[in-house]
Amino acid sequence: MSPSVLIPVLLILAALIPALASAVLPGRAIWRNGVNIAFAVFKLGVVAFALAGVAAGTEYEWRVAFVPGLDMILRLDALALLFITLSAVLWLATTVYAIAYLSGTKHQARFFLFFNLCVVSVSGIAMSGSLITFFIFYELLTLATWPLVVHTGTAKAMAAGRTYLAYTLAGSAALLAGIVWLESGAGPVEFVAGADLSGFNTLDQSLIFVLLIGGLGAKAALIPLHAWLPAAMAAPAPVSALLHAVAVVKAGAFGVVRVIYDVYGIEAVAMLGLGIPLAILASVTIVYGSLQALRQSDIKKRLAYSTVSQISYIVLGASLAGPFAVIGGLVHLVHQGLMKITLFFGAGILAERAGISQVDQMDGIGRRMPITMTAFTIAALGMIGAPPVAGFVSKWYLAIGAYQSGASWVIAVLAASSLLNAAYFLPLIYRAWLKPSGGGLPSPEALAATRTWMLILPGAFTAAAALGAGLFAGFELSPLGWATLIAERTYLP
Amino acid sequence: MTLLFALVALPLVFMLASLAAGRRAPRLIWLCAPLMTGLSAWLAISVFEGGRGGPLGGWPVPLGIALEADGLSAALLLASAITAGITGLYALGAYGRTDRETTRSYTFWPLFYGLWAALNAVLVSRDLFNLYVAIELLSLTAVALAAFGSRRAAMRYLMIALAGSLAYLLGVVLIFASVGTLDITLIGERAGEARIPVLTGAALISAGLIAKTALFPLHGWLPPAHGAAPPAISALLSALVVKASFVILLRVWFEALPGLSDPAVTLLFGVMGAAAVLYGSVLALRQQGLKVLIAYSTVAQLGYLLLVFPLAGGGEAATPWAAGAWGAMGFHASAHMLAKAGLFLAAGLMIHAVGDGRIDRLEGLARAMPVTALAFALCAVSLMGLPPSGGFIAKYLMLIAALASGQWPYAAVILAGGLLAAAYLFRPLARMFAGAGTPELARAPHRLLALAPLALGLAAMALGLFSAVPYDLMVIGLPEAGQAGLEDADPGS
Amino acid sequence: MMELLADRASLFALTGAALVALGFYGFIIQRAPIRRLIAFNVIGSGIFLLFGGASYVGGGVDPVPQALIITGIVVALALTAFAATLAVRLAESGGDDADDDGDDDEDRESDR
Repeated sequence: MSPSVLIPVLLILAALIPALASAVLPGRAIWRNGVNIAFAVFKLGVVAFALAGVAAGTEYEWRVAFVPGLDMILRLDALALLFITLSAVLWLATTVYAIAYLSGTKHQARFFLFFNLCVVSVSGIAMSGSLITFFIFYELLTLATWPLVVHTGTAKAMAAGRTYLAYTLAGSAALLAGIVWLESGAGPVEFVAGADLSGFNTLDQSLIFVLLIGGLGAKAALIPLHAWLPAAMAAPAPVSALLHAVAVVKAGAFGVVRVIYDVYGIEAVAMLGLGIPLAILASVTIVYGSLQALRQSDIKKRLAYSTVSQISYIVLGASLAGPFAVIGGLVHLVHQGLMKITLFFGAGILAERAGISQVDQMDGIGRRMPITMTAFTIAALGMIGAPPVAGFVSKWYLAIGAYQSGASWVIAVLAASSLLNAAYFLPLIYRAWLKPSGGGLPSPEALAATRTWMLILPGAFTAAAALGAGLFAGFELSPLGWATLIAERTYLP
Repeated sequence: MTLLFALVALPLVFMLASLAAGRRAPRLIWLCAPLMTGLSAWLAISVFEGGRGGPLGGWPVPLGIALEADGLSAALLLASAITAGITGLYALGAYGRTDRETTRSYTFWPLFYGLWAALNAVLVSRDLFNLYVAIELLSLTAVALAAFGSRRAAMRYLMIALAGSLAYLLGVVLIFASVGTLDITLIGERAGEARIPVLTGAALISAGLIAKTALFPLHGWLPPAHGAAPPAISALLSALVVKASFVILLRVWFEALPGLSDPAVTLLFGVMGAAAVLYGSVLALRQQGLKVLIAYSTVAQLGYLLLVFPLAGGGEAATPWAAGAWGAMGFHASAHMLAKAGLFLAAGLMIHAVGDGRIDRLEGLARAMPVTALAFALCAVSLMGLPPSGGFIAKYLMLIAALASGQWPYAAVILAGGLLAAAYLFRPLARMFAGAGTPELARAPHRLLALAPLALGLAAMALGLFSAVPYDLMVIGLPEAGQAGLEDADPGS
Repeated sequence: MMELLADRASLFALTGAALVALGFYGFIIQRAPIRRLIAFNVIGSGIFLLFGGASYVGGGVDPVPQALIITGIVVALALTAFAATLAVRLAESGGDDADDDGDDDEDRESDR
């Protein structure tokens, strides 16, 4: 098998094998954990190899026929690699974290089966070379995340699972309707060539676009399709981390990017006048998500609404369609993932070790859990957009892009959002570091007894990565460098 | 010819052998299942390699009985051999281990083999009267098997089956009186001469077959009969028996009478199919019993099959899927066979374990019976038409055909049916994941029984993942009307 | 009218149609299984008569329908025998459930 075929298959197998191994090795935690970590590391290696290849201009592709004329295509281009690198890095971190978080609880075999299936789906989504391949993995993601959302089996979790399914399955139906409508007139749509829209009048083109974006928006938590995300907080912390940083919402946002750039093409979107309405919708989501986050006293809920807001930065960048806005949106795909996963790792540790789930319980926790809270603080500052953390880079590029595209009002949205971000994150930081500790905190001795490095280090690592992505943004292989490469290949073919 | 003859005759031989073998009768399935599956696979390969599945030899048509397999019958023969074989092995585990020779285990096996023979005879016959004999044998064995559950439901089923037989027979007589032949191909050549009496006969035949297939609105007998029978029998009835009469319906309209019908006929079938999808799904949503829910799902799923009448030919606009709706129907029939049988078998194991058939009682089974629950989930995914199952390929092709021919109401029905299927199938699934404890369970009759539904679920998945070959097989020898649409076909071709 | 009756094919057809109508009426009106079974047989006879009449065209007799009628009668016989047995068993058990019977109590658990 030539490497060009082998690489995409390996990237899928690297997650599929541990999924199956987790299912058939129940009761042997050591083996299971070993297999999971080994394959996560192996996948990182494959990704590194592919990065070098794609940077040099190689393209990896594997295709297999479904029904005649309809191929399943896994293709590694620069955009796919951006997403897959993020998922590979965060997967390793989350695996380590999840092993520690869940140790001693029941049904870990099932958890890791579906956890790895999520990674399979995300890898598939990233590498999809055609709309139908994308849809297949997108649905697989829905099915694989549901058991994770309802993992605890409590009434609250079941209700969250129901809400999650209602939104995502209805979204998928809309997406499928859009795909089929498009393909019934244009034939199978591959991302390299884009869709041939000549068979449709402009109204139909716009309606199909709305169906596609609406279907993807349900996962990307665009307003008014966002309600499942805060509800899904009933899931265990590693799942929340995964949902918010890599898997579900990212898959939706990534799909929006694919539809705009590789299905319709920027010119078609601009000609149909669809970019600006989408940008407005994204802006409304950004502001609304931030306002809602401000009102939450539950830490995880606050983070959830923050995700609603932050994911729309990616959609915003894609819909503004200027080179800088594109870079800003794409780079935020990575930056938001690094920062948000750090925050959720932190929130999980707070809940697990210190019993803290509300904002006002956080007083003085910084000195008791310095590493975790340092990581948390770095990520929160990044979300606000404070330099030199990664979030600043995204916002900077988005603002330039908005100016360049003639949509200067977006700068006001960005400014307002940053203010709101500061308003809901700074109190956390203030309470954690500057307020005297309240009575409810566990003693330092109790904390020392529960200290597990496998819980603490993943967050520290992702925080460092978020900081590094900002500090070293000028390097070619930084997220920003890579996003610039994608934009160059899009605009200068 | 020899092969086709063997496929019909072998189950009959086993029927006699099982009567003679007495207490050893159950074990004959170990011989029969691989033998029949192997022969069906051989037939599929020879039809595949023969390009078109012309008559495989034999007597001149007016005198002799022609047996013939086209791609669709070869595919359905293989799917039904897998389904019946696995169901038989399951029944061996459930009934075969009673030490005393009970009436039940003694009568099950002859009926089971008789049903299998009749089903195969229906699939390869091309003579209206021969089909009559085959479908009568099928009804007889099916009612007798249904009587294992509830005699009252069986009586109701029998009355419907008798009425259906009479309508069918009367229609056959009318057609014979008009064109002087019963061979499907010859009728196709001569039907143009006597349009009105032939159409009247076809209407009577259709009414009879619709009653036997339990197509809406003549579906009332199905849920009580299928819901009350023992699981292996429900699986046979729901997966196999109802398909046989549908195949005859296809043969009559697409091969014997292409071009004779007018838009009212296709509209009538289409509306009935759509109504069945919606009505069956809504009723399934309201059931409290697991098996009755699955039985109502059969009513809904059979509705999709009827949509082939208006949708055939719809693929022509989108060239890669010239035979889209026909292939979709074949995929749907095969996938539903595998998935529905698997669902009933899994449900049987669960109900046996908790000793109660209500959905509420399934709580915690995903933990206590993970293999069975996984099998249930895989089958459910195929029925919902979610990727990567065979059900998804069917749904996708059907949607393409609907939209490419501008019949978007059918597309809306298909999408709504998928969402409703998800709604009613996730109800039991959610119960299985709910709760924290592990319930007390009765021991399964045999510890490997759970592998039967799992194998069926995996087969339904494989049908989607490796769909290229089955698709090519199903469109071999497809009638012209299946490609061009029922109304646009040239009469007498 | 007499001419019509003199043509034996039409006579068969008309008688057959009358039997079908009669039987159909019975099948719809009657609720008791045995009576419906009889109605079923009446309809069946009517259809076979129609079939026979259809084969009697132009003076000669087509052997194919004759053979088919005999097959049809055998099928109807088998169905009738089965239906009668089922009706008797249903009446004996006095109700719905097959599990009321003593002879298959051993494997009750297998179909629950």
